[in-house]
Amino acid sequence: MSEKVLMKGNEALAEAAIMAGCKHYFGYPITPQTEVAAYMAKKMPKTEGGVFLQAESEIAAINMVIGVASTGKRVMTSSSSPGISLKSEGISYLAGCDLPALIINVQRGGPGLGGIQPSQSDYFQATKGGGHGDFHLLVLAPNSVQEMVDMVFKGFDLAEKYRMPAMILSDGTMGQMMEPVSLEKGVVNEYDKSWALTGTKGERKPNIVNSLYIAPEELEKLNFERYERYKKIEAEEALYEEYLMDDAEICIVAYGVASRVAKNAIDQARAEGIKVGMIRPITLWPFPKKVLSEAADKVNKFISVELSMGQMIEDIELAIRCKKEVLLCNRTGGMITTTEDVLNKIYEANGGKN
Amino acid sequence: MDSRGIKRITIFSGHYGSGKTNVAVNYALWLRQHREKVSIADLDIVNPYFRTKDSMAVLTERGVELISSEYANSNVDVPALPAETYGVIQNKEISAVIDVGGDDRGALALGRYSEAIKEDGDYELLFVINKFRPLTRNADMTLEIMAEIEHACHMKFTAIVNDSNIGDETTAEDILSSVAYANEVSEKAGIPIKMTTVKKDLYEELSDKIENLMPIELYVRQSWAERNE
Repeated sequence: MSEKVLMKGNEALAEAAIMAGCKHYFGYPITPQTEVAAYMAKKMPKTEGGVFLQAESEIAAINMVIGVASTGKRVMTSSSSPGISLKSEGISYLAGCDLPALIINVQRGGPGLGGIQPSQSDYFQATKGGGHGDFHLLVLAPNSVQEMVDMVFKGFDLAEKYRMPAMILSDGTMGQMMEPVSLEKGVVNEYDKSWALTGTKGERKPNIVNSLYIAPEELEKLNFERYERYKKIEAEEALYEEYLMDDAEICIVAYGVASRVAKNAIDQARAEGIKVGMIRPITLWPFPKKVLSEAADKVNKFISVELSMGQMIEDIELAIRCKKEVLLCNRTGGMITTTEDVLNKIYEANGGKN
Repeated sequence: MDSRGIKRITIFSGHYGSGKTNVAVNYALWLRQHREKVSIADLDIVNPYFRTKDSMAVLTERGVELISSEYANSNVDVPALPAETYGVIQNKEISAVIDVGGDDRGALALGRYSEAIKEDGDYELLFVINKFRPLTRNADMTLEIMAEIEHACHMKFTAIVNDSNIGDETTAEDILSSVAYANEVSEKAGIPIKMTTVKKDLYEELSDKIENLMPIELYVRQSWAERNE
């Protein structure tokens, strides 16, 4: 174990990316993610070959990401909700060009310019594409500063393994919260990058990175191929954590900061004798459908705890084929669900206190 | 802590996230036990998530006046400075505690008042340091941040506050291990260590081991930051 340091979630994301060998960061300031860019500005120039560039806009930043990703180099950008909307054209192009990159979204309340306080209301945007066309992003949702570090390594690894963009879906609380963290180097495996634009030196045919296909047969074929890859990811890469699920009669599903609040409520409810547990998705896409579907045969009710107006709840209902009722416990717009909110919803699912 | 060295204006500055606001709030509450009129001014225009205003209840209750931008914690997202700041700097009846935003960017706001403060002369500018923060891990890194801040605010630090901590997990050993670090910063910067802060439950264990130990409580905290294992 390396000695622990005290870090903000945003700083941990930046430090982990540098540790993972990312030498290119392009960004634009926006609350509550600015510390990612600020940390990169201080540290990246001191890293050998490191480039920090504050672009003139979010759109410019994501297009710089496309450029570096085309050469097979590790690259990252970060923003918060409105900025991610601006980047969404470029994100679709990354997917269309089959390019790996890591995108951080430190969510704030929306829609529109919204607010600066934490939110999880970009769930649909992140998990259902995040731009036009048939595609998916890998979506990772850490719930501690330590897990932020781990997910940066995981994000780069999966992105390069499957040649697609990955997103870390954080939020204002996770970005601003300070926790002790052990900066251990994770693993990013080496994958074939013979597709990258590295110069032919006259020795091979040029590689082409492109997302424009006028011939519909060709475009359809590429989309079919991409979705074969997505099937494999759904089968093999879903990550989740189970908490007190062995004898649970009520199953809470929550990710990120909401899962921390939910855990406190579960502990209190357990102390009162209510059998409640949690399945915490760590990947939101692929969504941990299998474990939820199995849980549906054991528990009586589900509760989706989320800081949005009922977005993840749709994926839960789909995963369990609506076998059991799913209650919603939510706040939005920058407000955070309290332990009491969740506890009251547990009582409701339980048909009252025990 | 000795009350003899109190200056009329006490300014807390330092690296982002080293715990300045919480130390400033604790200091202001301590100062109120020794001075009749104490005001704390929030000059943090960098981070809208953690502010002195979050501690308003405890400050008001214990007779410390809080001066912060009328826009703090409101819908108006502008980096505005509180208009009354000049008042507390110039009014010699008031003991002023000034909480500056992190790093050189935060210290720019202090530069706005540096002439008036230097002219008054009865002040100290305290450099809050934490060896468990990743960009101030050793004395040289810390001195780099120090030089950036001094350049931005047109003032020189007069003393150091060793606020080394690793949050909830801080142990007595952690604090003891930070003494050598703080001493090295002090030596290289040529300024003394004003105090070492420690959370209340570790105070007794350490009070005879470290000079000028100041017990502090965590006032600046959001409910969502509560940890669960």
